Amino acid sequence: MTSDVVALPVLTIGRGTRLRRRFLRRPLAVLGLVLVVLFLLLAVFGPMLTPDPLVQNLSSVFADPSAHHLLGTDDLGRDELARLASGARVSLVAGVLSTALAMVVGTPIGLASGYFRGWLDAVIMRFNDAVLAFPFLIFAVGFAAIFGASLRTVVIALAIGLLPAVVRVARGEAMMLREQDFIDGAVADGARPAGIVFRYLLPNSVNALIVQATVAVPTAIVGEAALSFLGLGLQPPAASWGLMLTSAQQFLVQAPQLAIYPGALIALTTLGFNLLGDGLRDALDPREGR
Amino acid sequence: MTLLSVEHLRVTFDTEDGPVLAVKDMSFTLAAGEILALVGESGCGKSVTAMSIPGLLPTRGVAREGSIRLADRDLTALSERDLETVRGREISVVFQEPTTSLNPAYPVGTQIAEVVRRHQKLRRGQARQRAIELLDLVDIPDPRRRCANYPHQLSGGMRQRVMIAMALACDPKVLIADEPTTALDVTIQAGVLRVIRTLCRTLGTAVVLITHDLGVVAEVADRVVVMYAGRPVEQAPVASLFAAPQHPYTIGLMGALPANALRARSRRLAEIPGVVPPPTSDPDECQFAARCPRADEHCRAARPPLQRRRPDHDTACYHPGQEATHA
Repeated sequence: MTSDVVALPVLTIGRGTRLRRRFLRRPLAVLGLVLVVLFLLLAVFGPMLTPDPLVQNLSSVFADPSAHHLLGTDDLGRDELARLASGARVSLVAGVLSTALAMVVGTPIGLASGYFRGWLDAVIMRFNDAVLAFPFLIFAVGFAAIFGASLRTVVIALAIGLLPAVVRVARGEAMMLREQDFIDGAVADGARPAGIVFRYLLPNSVNALIVQATVAVPTAIVGEAALSFLGLGLQPPAASWGLMLTSAQQFLVQAPQLAIYPGALIALTTLGFNLLGDGLRDALDPREGR
Repeated sequence: MTLLSVEHLRVTFDTEDGPVLAVKDMSFTLAAGEILALVGESGCGKSVTAMSIPGLLPTRGVAREGSIRLADRDLTALSERDLETVRGREISVVFQEPTTSLNPAYPVGTQIAEVVRRHQKLRRGQARQRAIELLDLVDIPDPRRRCANYPHQLSGGMRQRVMIAMALACDPKVLIADEPTTALDVTIQAGVLRVIRTLCRTLGTAVVLITHDLGVVAEVADRVVVMYAGRPVEQAPVASLFAAPQHPYTIGLMGALPANALRARSRRLAEIPGVVPPPTSDPDECQFAARCPRADEHCRAARPPLQRRRPDHDTACYHPGQEATHA
C-alpha cells in the first residue's frame, strides 16, 4: 500500500457556490444584477402585458399617466409604457444578438491568433487595428447606406464594431495560456492544434470572455439607440429607445417625460450591465480572497 | 533488440547572444522494455535530448541534426501531422510539474478518456471505463469517484499519477519521463517511481527517465547514460555504474551523494569544483578537463571518444577507473 494516496475527503465547496457568495457580497454587483433582471423582465413580458405600441389615438395625445395608460401617451396618442417595453425588446435583441455574433466570430479568431502567433497573428491584429481605427458611426452610416436601415443591419454593424475588443481579449488569454505546461502536455499527447484551441484554450478563457460579453451588451444597446436615433436603425413607427428619443426632441418643452423615460432606461440598463460585468469580473478573479 | 536509437544528435538554439549548443553529439539506444536513465547536472542537455525524440522542441530558431529512429522509422523526417499520431500513442511524455500539466477546465477522467479517444476508436463510455482502469492501474484509490475530480482537487502525487495514467493510456512503446518526481515530496517520490517501474515492467514500455538524482537512478533504472556538456561521457548498466564508475565526472557525482559522504566519514559533501563550460563553443578537448583532477595535456589536446572499458560499459575518458591511479 502506498502511503501517499490515502483518499482525502474533498473539502472544496462547489465552484458555483463560492462564486455566488463572492458575487453577492458586493452591493453594486447585486444592484447591477437587479437592473439587468428588471430590464429582461420588461423586454420579455412587457410587450405581452401592455397595449399595442403602434395603435394611435389622436384624440388623447400627451395624456398624463392614468389607469389606462400607466405612463401616459406620446405625441400620437400611443401608450408610452407599451412603446418602452417594445423598445426594450429591440434593445435586448440588438444587444444580445450582436454580442453573440461578435463572440462567436471573434473568439476563435483571437484564440488562434494568440496561440499560433507568427504571420497569422500579424495579419489578424493589423486587420483588428484597422477596424478599431475606423470611426464606428461613419462605418455604420456607410453600412446602412449599402444594406438599408433595419434591425438586421444594425446588429451586423454592431457585431463588427464589437469584434476587435473580443479578438483582443481572446488573443490575450491564448497568449497567456499557451505558455502553460498543460498545453505542452496536450501537444505531447498528440493533440491537434484545432483541438488545443477548442478543448484547452476556449474553456480556460471562459471567465474573461463572459466578462467581455457583459461589457459588450450595453455597448451594443447604446449603439443601437444611437443608430436608431440617427435614423439608421429601426424605422418608424416601430418603437426603439433611440427612435423614441428622436421624436421626443420636438416636444422637449411640451412633454419632457417622453425624452426622460427612454433616456433613463438606456442609462439604467447600461449601468446595470456594467455593474454586473464588474461584479462578475471580481467574483471570477482567482486572486481575490474567498 | 533496439527499439529507439538516437545517433549523433546535435541541437543548436539560435539566440540573440549567438548559437547555443545544447546537445553536441548524443547517441544512445533503448531496448524494448528497458528503463534508461539520462543523468547529468542542469544544462547538460538531457531534457533537450529527450524532447527532441517526439519533436517537441520549438521549430523556430532550433536546428536539429542526426537521426532518431523508432523501430524502422526516422522520426526526424516525419511531418508535424505524422508526429501528432506518434505522440501519445507510440511515445508519451510525463513532465516535471504535475501541478500545471493538467487542463484545469476538465475533470481528470475526461482528460484521460480524451487521450484514449484521440488515438483509439472507442466509444465515450468505453473510453471512460478505460480511464477508470488506468487510474486504478496507477494506484489511485476509488478511481471511479476520482474520475470526476478536477486537477485542483488532487494532491501533487495524485496528479503525477494521473499524468502517468494519461501517458500510458494508449500503451506507448516509449515513455519519456522528464524529472517526474522532482516537484514532489520525497515521501511521495518513491510511490510514483514504483508506479512507473512496475507499470512499465508489466506493460513492456521502454522508459527514458531524465533525472539529476542518482538515488532515483539506483531505484528504477536498468541502464544509465551520464551526460556532460551535451555529450554522453559514460554509459553502463546501473549495477556496473554504481559498482565501478569510470569517468571522473561520474565519480564526482557519486562522491557528492550525502550517503556516500557519510560512509566516507567526511565532514562535508564532496563537490565537483568549477562550473559547466558555457555551451557556446565546442573545442576539440575534453569538456570536463577544466574541472577534472586527472586532466593533462592529452585531455586538452583532443576530445576522448566513448570507448568500451569494461563489459557493456563505455567511458569517454583517457584516464578512466575507480581511483586516480593513472595520474
